[in-house]
Amino acid sequence: MSEVGHDHPHVEISQSAPPGYYEIMETAVRELLIDKKLIGADEIRRQIEVLDSRTPALGAKLVARAWVDPAFRARLLADGRKACEEEFDISFYDDTALIVLENTEKIHNLIVCTLCSCYPRPVLGLPPDWYKLRPYRARAVIEPRAVLAEFGTIIPDDVEVRVSDSTAMVRYLVLPRRPDGTEHYSEDQLAALVTRDTMIGVVEASVERATP
Amino acid sequence: MSQSAIVYALGEKPLFGPGDEVRILTRSPIGHYRVPIYLRGKVGIVESVIEPKGLDNEEEGYGRNAGSKRHYYRIAMPLKEIWPDHVGSPNDGLRIEIFESWLERI
Repeated sequence: MSEVGHDHPHVEISQSAPPGYYEIMETAVRELLIDKKLIGADEIRRQIEVLDSRTPALGAKLVARAWVDPAFRARLLADGRKACEEEFDISFYDDTALIVLENTEKIHNLIVCTLCSCYPRPVLGLPPDWYKLRPYRARAVIEPRAVLAEFGTIIPDDVEVRVSDSTAMVRYLVLPRRPDGTEHYSEDQLAALVTRDTMIGVVEASVERATP
Repeated sequence: MSQSAIVYALGEKPLFGPGDEVRILTRSPIGHYRVPIYLRGKVGIVESVIEPKGLDNEEEGYGRNAGSKRHYYRIAMPLKEIWPDHVGSPNDGLRIEIFESWLERI
């Protein structure tokens, strides 16, 4: 993907604009919680470290294993959280469940959170900005095929587009289809084909789209 | 009732099961809610019961957790049910998890 490179010019990164309403509120609430000794600065830093340790590479490992190991795939589909915790030591630090949605010849899954930004953070890390913005959140449930087409993903009419709106205690992860011509790939080579966007469901896994 | 019959507490067992036709209630609670407005009043099918029971997020938002655990359900509905002029395959569908207190049997 071109956007991961860093050969483009940009202005100096700095914060010059005054903080917005919610930024000020977040700072005020955080300082109040620390002042009242309800939480400590260490706990906040630790949670940031937890989130920073989660990246799409974790999800990619799950998908690659599911592609090569049908028994694991079955366990992952039956109880995503349990398979992550027991077989990959990926902890879920909260009360969310994980439902893994398998793409097939007949079903293409797409995930969204129309209310806010619910996202399978334990296995993918932080969501991309577009996932949190209103155009994607609204349009993914109104016109998913048009949204997919903008990502270059054309789904035939005889394939069901199935949108999962994550709103409460369930998080979703798409298990993309294994690309043709990868029969001899190792598990690591397969994992390199599994990008973040394939696990959101906006694109399909492809040998042309491998991460370096 | 026989002596060995177990009586379950209210809310302990799921009220709905896979295949049940349900309507998402039209309610307008003030404050924190987790059921998007675009789905209120819509009809769907219970695809599965999500185990184990979970907290009612809307109560949890106010720190009220005790005794509020009930089931969430994975509800399936065609996009055509939500958007009558939906363009695309009539098979296209939506899935969402809905807390028990937001569903009524049809």
